[in-house]
Amino acid sequence: MKHDVIQHAKPAISGGVHKDRRHDSAEKHVTGRADYCDDIAEPQGTLHAYLGVSSVAHGRIKAMDLAAVKAAPGVVGVLTVQDIPGHNDISPTGKHDEPVFPTEKTEFHGQPLFAVVAESRDAARRAAELAKIDYDVLPHALDPIAAQDAGYPLITDPLKLERGDIAPAFETAENRIKGRIAIGGQDHMYLEGQIAFAIPGEDDDVAVHCSTQHPSEAQHMVAHVLGVPSNAVTVNVRRMGGGFGGKESQMNLFCVVAAMAAKKWNRPVKIRPDRDQDMTATGKRHDFVVDYDVAFDNDGRIQAVDGVFAARCGYSSDLSGPVTDRALFHADNAYFYPHVRLQSRPMKTNTVSNTAFRGFGGPQGVVAAERIIEEIAYALGKDPLAIRKANFYGDRDDGRCLTPYHQEVEDNILPRLIGELESSSEYQARREAILQFNARSSILKRGIALTPVKFGISFTATWYNQAGALIHIYNDGSIHLNHGGTEMGQGLNTKVAQVVADAFQVDFERIKITKTTTEKVPNTSATAASSGTDLNGMAALNAAEQLKERLTAFAAETYGVAQEDVTFANNMVQAGSELIPFNDLVRQAYMARVHLSAAGFYKTPKIHWDRAAGKGRPFYYYSYGAACSEVVVDTLTGEYRIERTDILHDVGKSLNPILDKGQVEGAFIQGMGWLTTEELWWDYAGRLRTHAPSTYKIPLASDRPRVFNVNLADWSENKERTVKRSKAVGEPPFMLGISVFEALSMAVASVADYRECPRLDAPATPERVLMAVERLKNRE
Amino acid sequence: MTHRPDIRFLLNGADISLKDVKADATLLDYLRLERRLTGSKEGCAEGDCGACTVLVGRLVKGVLQYETVNACIRFLASLDGCHVVTIEHLRGENGGLHPIQQAMVDFHGSQCGFCTPGFVMSLYALWMANPEPSETEVETSIQGNLCRCTGYQPIVAAAMAANRYGSPARDFLELERANLTQRLADLKDAKRVVIGPADNQAIVPADVDDLASVLNDNPNATIVAGSTDVGLWVTKFMRPIGPAVFISHLEELKSVTLTDTALELGACVTYSEAQGSICEVFPHLKSYWDRIAGWQVRNMGTIGGNIANGSPIGDTPPVLIALGAQIVLRKGETQRSLPLEDFFVEYGKQDRAPGEFVTSILIPRPREGQLHAAYKISKRRDEDISSVAAGFSVTVADGRITDCRLAFGGMAGTPKRAEKAEAALRGQPFNQASFQAAAQALGADFTPLSDWRASADYRLTVARNLLKRFYLSHDETTGEPVDLMSA
Repeated sequence: MKHDVIQHAKPAISGGVHKDRRHDSAEKHVTGRADYCDDIAEPQGTLHAYLGVSSVAHGRIKAMDLAAVKAAPGVVGVLTVQDIPGHNDISPTGKHDEPVFPTEKTEFHGQPLFAVVAESRDAARRAAELAKIDYDVLPHALDPIAAQDAGYPLITDPLKLERGDIAPAFETAENRIKGRIAIGGQDHMYLEGQIAFAIPGEDDDVAVHCSTQHPSEAQHMVAHVLGVPSNAVTVNVRRMGGGFGGKESQMNLFCVVAAMAAKKWNRPVKIRPDRDQDMTATGKRHDFVVDYDVAFDNDGRIQAVDGVFAARCGYSSDLSGPVTDRALFHADNAYFYPHVRLQSRPMKTNTVSNTAFRGFGGPQGVVAAERIIEEIAYALGKDPLAIRKANFYGDRDDGRCLTPYHQEVEDNILPRLIGELESSSEYQARREAILQFNARSSILKRGIALTPVKFGISFTATWYNQAGALIHIYNDGSIHLNHGGTEMGQGLNTKVAQVVADAFQVDFERIKITKTTTEKVPNTSATAASSGTDLNGMAALNAAEQLKERLTAFAAETYGVAQEDVTFANNMVQAGSELIPFNDLVRQAYMARVHLSAAGFYKTPKIHWDRAAGKGRPFYYYSYGAACSEVVVDTLTGEYRIERTDILHDVGKSLNPILDKGQVEGAFIQGMGWLTTEELWWDYAGRLRTHAPSTYKIPLASDRPRVFNVNLADWSENKERTVKRSKAVGEPPFMLGISVFEALSMAVASVADYRECPRLDAPATPERVLMAVERLKNRE
Repeated sequence: MTHRPDIRFLLNGADISLKDVKADATLLDYLRLERRLTGSKEGCAEGDCGACTVLVGRLVKGVLQYETVNACIRFLASLDGCHVVTIEHLRGENGGLHPIQQAMVDFHGSQCGFCTPGFVMSLYALWMANPEPSETEVETSIQGNLCRCTGYQPIVAAAMAANRYGSPARDFLELERANLTQRLADLKDAKRVVIGPADNQAIVPADVDDLASVLNDNPNATIVAGSTDVGLWVTKFMRPIGPAVFISHLEELKSVTLTDTALELGACVTYSEAQGSICEVFPHLKSYWDRIAGWQVRNMGTIGGNIANGSPIGDTPPVLIALGAQIVLRKGETQRSLPLEDFFVEYGKQDRAPGEFVTSILIPRPREGQLHAAYKISKRRDEDISSVAAGFSVTVADGRITDCRLAFGGMAGTPKRAEKAEAALRGQPFNQASFQAAAQALGADFTPLSDWRASADYRLTVARNLLKRFYLSHDETTGEPVDLMSA
């Protein structure tokens, strides 16, 4: 990468918008020179903390004897609840239900109870094992159904979405099906685990380097727990080795422990759990049990849906409220329900508190919607795609555009998108061929499914839809860009820099993308909800436009032209007939005392949400996509292979098509993993036994579809005024993985001649597939 | 014999001599904490994610060979006489990016970048060994590398295109081959290394006789071959392993010998080293072998270790038992051999005396009329521990089953033969009914456990269905593909 800032006029700038541009850290990634938190050089005297955790799922803590821990070699001391100077609370929604360390009860197996601080990580890790903790063991409930049976409370307020009147619709319906689907959770399995590194400063100050998607929240949590104002705490994130939602609220614990220890011993303190502790002590995607009841006519048109969504939330609320809300927001997926009632049941359970994960409850809602479609298709003996088409949202004219939360779908592009994919994937011909293959093949069975996704973009917590950015132009013409978003691999920094390069019409290389820090942009939102580029790109654009205005005014005055006659192009500024290199104009502006730094701000327009009423416009717009997957299943073992997947996905007018495509592919594989091989398994004692890659199986290269055609709908343009008319990309394509789940279902259904919906639960491991095959065969 | 008090190896360009190495010190901690070579990442510390992948070069019969290994579970003491190459050492011909690195950049093979150095190292090793790989070969080479961001497509594309970016013949390691070979040869002094504190001592014997004598003196020492299991005792369970005896370098235990009657594999032959001959002699093991762990682990893990650890879910015992393999053990100067199935006494207990060690495995060559099959069932196809593994050898003469060996892993506390099912087949005609009867009898042979890998129900159902598959795949009248590989 070039670092020289003196540029000469070129035909066009490098790295502008709507162009493929490689990740700004790509060369550092491949050479091992990209620094992650654990790679930061440790100052002399750095200590290491490690968590001591509970060994029962639910119990009263009678006594905690840490003498052996303290006496272990290399140990400097321990941190317990008594060491917390401020509040013993890291609940991200302010519910005060998530202590740093519990005082009376442990509520899940593996819950952090104390921390030990030692001269080395190895010493701390070994010492943590030496605690003697005495419990009064209490009965536990691990899953939402057991929790309901045990009379456990809801962990947070449930949501009800209602429109129309379901009762008469059910009474008069031609067909009605009730069913239940269990949908498993998912571990984030970011390759870089949780980590925080705190360096004490003077007064109350502490600086924390960590791997969080939400620096401002980490800052506020550290301040809250230390009992100091937020201005004493700085949180820095250069990059994460993956986040996926798992580093939104889950990093708070590690940040506060590192910060507490750093202040207590006045030495730098790092904390990095091993993979087992990372997976047992931090939250995951919520598993759901969905009870659905659907009324439909003989053409497969849905008349009414009644759904209850029970979720394993864990011992505290964390983000379970908004996650279970979003499950309901997406329980329609792309389908119009004339009469509908959807209710969430966010259940307290004796498991780790579940949290954000790409899609944030949405995927579970979509899976339920697709199960309803499947049920109808098998009941009527039709192609599920035909049922999907019969139920798509329409428009205002046909009165089929209102969601269960009373937002109008105004930008539906699915009919065109599905049509194109159906044709490019040769869905109909292949489905026909598969039906014929299955008729003559007794052991191997094939399945195909084409599934859509419609995903609402915006934080449903309306106030989160704001962002800030800071741009400095130094007097040599180099540009320093900072914004509140965090880089976790998605290429956010690259895209935002493209927006800034485009605004100033300067080369991408001129822009230095800097670490995210709470010192530069305050009160930021999590980089989550797919909103990173939408929000921060617009905030950066706002900052750039302020600077451009100042430079324009300065150029107009200096060169005696009207402001309209000042334009930025190709690293130059044209003022009337004068062509001035950008650097020169910046230098002149500096000499003339023009302010060359600007803070940008953005808030998403149009959105509002009344949760109590279940009405509003929670989403600024929708992103769409569809995938067609074909599988082959071995009905002797339940093993399967993805033969082919075709994807057509909508990212509006893409800022960077190659990065967006990377997001689509990665999200699809991750969604496929969630529904196939990624299984969380707790034993009777409430111990998570799939807690490392040896036992928890995310997809490998060889699990990719044998043929994988991924395209962006390049004709799409956001109807709303988003940054350069692009659309969010992080989460929506995750749900394209559902096409694999549905294709597996078809292959299984073939053993009973498609007369019955196989009702596969997720994940559809080879075991679940085989057991479903056996169940259906035995019913023959 | 005089002992050497240090281990000596090459790290990237440097000659290293370490005098204070504990038995349980890992390569990754050494690289990251002591050398600040932070390009190799810790993702799991159990050899399952590949973020710490480095190359280890060693002289094999005088020829320098490089292999990928997981630095997280590789013990430092096992590197005596080796060349360790980390991501920091890679460079292109003109000092810029290495061809693999450039391909990864151009194909957008990194997103968060944390797994990337590990992928680069695996693809580098692949390119050196096989510059024009097929897509399947690429997939096989990165079975031990997890990426959570990209979905792998761009990484595979980069690997397929790598050879356009440069030729292995011009690679920096190739250009330095003579010099590196000499430096490694100079490290060899045929001395035993004894190093580390008394309670955490590492012993590297000079040769196999020296090993026998070390074990005579330290009968309860931990024997470490590939460390793909013992590595986890340390990184995951923090179990003390000292004194530990490192044996993976012992030439005498690395021989592969094919005679008229048998294939003999030295105990320290790795899965990778065994692959060529074992798949040639036993073609039915070809696809099975590719599914044992990931490439890094196949480069480290040994046949002897896989057996000696006594795991009920080890990949090789079921298929080797089915083939009628014998295990050869040595204690002091005394050798004995026994049928492999007899080595496994009960869960966690093997027929190995203190101070005794496995020297080789003897596998009889296939005989006329024998039908063989090997099956591995796992949640994820590749790099997963089996829920059920099975090896079948069935001898058919004139349409009748004259003999059979059906061995299973994951069905009991040890790898075990299905004696009742075998009895149900023996002497019976080779037809569906016989295999149905055998499948039925499996219920009397096994009472499998339910755990996170599979339920007891699934295990038994699958085990029965595998007998059905075996019959169908050898029945010429079936007329349709009966497994995914032939789909």
